This record gives sequence, C-alpha cells and structure tokens, in this order.
Amino acid sequence: MAKNTIIPFGPQHPVLPEPIQLRLVLDEERVVSAIPVVGYVHRGLEKLAEQKDFLQDTYLIERICGICSFIHSLTYSMGIESMMGLTPPPRAQYLRVIWSELHRMHSHLLATGLLADSFGFENLFMQLWRTREHIMDAMEATTGARVLLGTCCIGGVRKDVSEELLKSVLQTLVTVEKELDEHMPVLLNDYSVKQRLCGVGILDKQVAYERGAVGPTARASGIAMDLRTQGYAAYGELDVEPMVETDGDCYARTKVRVRELYQSLNIIRQAIGKIPSGSINVPFKTKPDGEVISRAEQPRGEVLYYLKGNGTDMLERLRVRTPTFANIPPVLAMLAGCELADVGVIVISIDPCISCTER
Amino acid sequence: MFNAVSKSPWVVHFNCNSCNGCDIEFLACLTPHYDVERFGILHIGNPKHADVLVVTGSVNNRNARVLQNVYNQIPDPKVVVAMGVCTSSGGVFAGCYNILGNVDLVIPVDVFVPGCPPRPEAMIDGIVKAVGILERKRKGEIFPTAPKPLCKFKPSEEQSAEKTAIKEEKTV
Ligand code: SF4
Repeated sequence: MAKNTIIPFGPQHPVLPEPIQLRLVLDEERVVSAIPVVGYVHRGLEKLAEQKDFLQDTYLIERICGICSFIHSLTYSMGIESMMGLTPPPRAQYLRVIWSELHRMHSHLLATGLLADSFGFENLFMQLWRTREHIMDAMEATTGARVLLGTCCIGGVRKDVSEELLKSVLQTLVTVEKELDEHMPVLLNDYSVKQRLCGVGILDKQVAYERGAVGPTARASGIAMDLRTQGYAAYGELDVEPMVETDGDCYARTKVRVRELYQSLNIIRQAIGKIPSGSINVPFKTKPDGEVISRAEQPRGEVLYYLKGNGTDMLERLRVRTPTFANIPPVLAMLAGCELADVGVIVISIDPCISCTER
Repeated sequence: MFNAVSKSPWVVHFNCNSCNGCDIEFLACLTPHYDVERFGILHIGNPKHADVLVVTGSVNNRNARVLQNVYNQIPDPKVVVAMGVCTSSGGVFAGCYNILGNVDLVIPVDVFVPGCPPRPEAMIDGIVKAVGILERKRKGEIFPTAPKPLCKFKPSEEQSAEKTAIKEEKTV
C-alpha cells in the first residue's frame, strides 16, 4: 500500500482570501481525505455580544462578516422584533429586501470572480469585479457606506431612500445587466472553463441532504431550498423561485449563482416597482424577553440565529449558525477522491466565508 | 535590479482576524475601478516574492504565529501596511476573549490606515506611502526594518503541543 502524505493547504494560500487550513491526506496526486483546522479568525464575538446592549449589537453583528453584513443585522433585527412583538412598516420591509438583494449580487459577483481567479482566469476576475463596483456604488448612494451599511435597525431601517435615488438604482441595474450579459457567456460556455468545472467536486443529492448542505451548494445538487420563499421581510409579496440545478458539480454551483444574479436583478426591480410610502421604523420601549430562532437566506445559504433575552438591555445568549459552517461537511465529501490541483477550485466553489464560520 | 522594487512593489495580503470588510475593500483596490496596478503594484500569493505585507484584522493566539512566519519570509527591505482600525486597536472586537490586540504587538508596522473599513482611496494612499518608505529603506536613509514590536509573541504551551502533534501526524 502506498504511503499517505499530509499536505497543508492554507492558512495563507493564494486562492484563499481567508485563513483556514485543510490538511490533505494524499495518495500520490489524489486526495484521500481532508481534515479542516479552524480557529485562525476566531474572535469570540458571541460572548462580546452578551456584554453590549441589544441596540449596539445590531452594528456589532454586521461585523461577523463584511460580505453579507446587511443580512446578518437583518436576521438579528427580525429575531429581536419577533421577541418584542414589533412589526416594521411595509416601506422598511421593502428597503430591507432591496439592500439584501444588492448584497446578494455583490457577493455572488465576488464569489464567481474569485472562482475565476482560482483557476487562473484573471481577466474574468477583473471584469466581474468591475461590474461589482456598480453595485457598490448603488449601495454607497443609498446608505453612505460601501461594505458595512449600518442601516438596519430594530423596528425598521435607519435611512429612507428618495424616489430619485431608487430610480438611479434602477439605472445602475440596467448597466449591470448589460455587463452580465457580456461576461456570463464567457464564464458558462468557455471550453477551458468548462474543463476545470464540469464533473469536478460532485456532491450527490443524497449526500448533500445527509450532510446538511445549504444555499447554492444544496440547490446545485437538486435540493429546492430557499428561505426567501418563506416570505420574510417583503419577500412574501414578491415573486421568488429557488434556482435549482441537478449536476452537483462546480459548474452547477456557478450556474446557480449566475441565475441568482439575474433573479436578484428581477427582485430589486419588482421591489422598487411596488414599494409603498410611509414611515420607515416603529418606536419601541420594551426590552427583549424570551427565546427566539430567526432565519434568513444569505448569499451562501441559510443563517440561523438563536437569541435569548431576559428583559434587560443585555442578551443572555446569542448563537449564530452560519451557512459556511453547514457547508464544510459537504465540501469534505467533495474533496475525497479529487485531484490535488482541483482542491482550490472546489473549496472556492462553495464560496466559503471563514470569518462567518468562526466569528 | 533594486530600482525595480520601488517602481513595482509586490504585495502579499494576510487576513488575520478581520471581518472580511477590509479584505474585500483591499481586493477592490486591485480591480479595474481603483486599480493599484497603475502604480506597478502587483498582488501575489507568495511572501517570498513580496515587498509589502498588507495585514487586515487584529491578532489572536492562533494566527500570531502564522503572521510572524509570513513576515519573516519576506526578504528585506520590506514594509508592513495595516488596514482598518482592527489592526491598530482591535476595533469593535477589542475586549473579545480571543483577541490579543493590535498587529504591532507581533510585527513592526510602518503604515496604519484608519477606518472600518477604510475607503479604497485611503488604502491606495496607505500603500503609496508605504512604497515611499520602502524606497527610503532601500537607500539606507532609514533603518531597514521598522522599530521593534512592542512585545514578541511567544507560542503558548497549547500551541507547542499542537506543533508536536502535527509532527507526529506526519511521521505516522
Ligand atoms: S476594521 Fe472594521 S471592516 Fe476592517 S476588519 Fe475590522 S471590523 Fe472589519
């Protein structure tokens, strides 16, 4: 029997934007198994959240992850609101949807760009990130910040967006759609890209289900699971369909993301078309009391918050289960049996967010 | 040959403990909209080829060793740019149980860029400043390495135990 070697992949690696280490057990060039080593970005944020009051936490929670920051604070706020029995006004709900979808678009563009970079297609990486800048500009115009928006607050949102600004967002979407139409055929139909993605890192539907995959990783394996169809915020009044592919390989995961980009364009257009006028937040005087579980769909999948309040300013417990945490067992299943050269592509294809996972 | 260093400095990026906000803004600097490549700055993955180390986030017990390793592998003259308030004080995470604190506890830092996250323009400014410092270091106008860090990080017992565990694993 050949002797197995262990190769460390990470924590500092060109394709990984974040530090995680995978110890790859190799038999010649083939990966036998992968052992994740985590803790490089562990901060202890859950504990810190118990030491700050629940209003400050909204902004602390955004810093769990800079990429899907808005959806983190949205899920947290939804949890606290259901604990206190608040219902945000409809305009706030629609604005939340708009910002969530802008975040999803920038995150998916970022992820597909990094994927292109991981197999050495630097030109495509640059082009996709150029498109992403339009969305960043739209976020900056509507909130004043590019990454950590800080607009979600308990009871609604902090900032209103004028009609002209919403129109300019629509204008941005036209530009983005035009550029997407240019780049996406390259990503999806190019021969060499297909060679790197098709049939690589296959995740069976059954395995995906057993290992609890979420988000695009699950949808690419044929599981129609999208929390937005449950209708939190204003999603109930909009037309949302889960984007499902059945192949379960890296190509299918990329395709799900590309289709979701177009879907997000559509959702933002619907939301801007339907947005009602009125107030943007509700005042409150109570303190959170009780236990609640709150969920939302992030670009990477479902995020789950468990919150426990005791009637004071401080929360008693805050627990987050992030999508990448759920997606690590599936990615280990994908890695078993793949080539060493494909490891980078497979890991990036689930769009890992380590700083979410470790908090 | 050394002239090329300040005309085209190569950057290696290490994410310490950041929330990703700074990282994606730094990556955005590299892409066409902001484009630091027009200053000859190139982003690479190998610290042995790099002149500038960009650090984001604060240090914790686990990544301090990795950060020091990355720093030590960069050949002299080198400069360190620390992005975001996390690197200078721990930022919002100051007080977390797993945060040691600022980056200059572990490695010497030449330029701090404030902000949470800093705007890409500020980051570019920070890198351009660092390139100036690199040039002066190369000419010998200032000492090749920045002042000593405030305290040297020493691996705790737990980590040395882990190291031996890795070695054992390899020999199995
Ligand atoms: S400075 Fe702010 S944006 Fe940057 S890593 Fe720290 S918390 Fe995140």
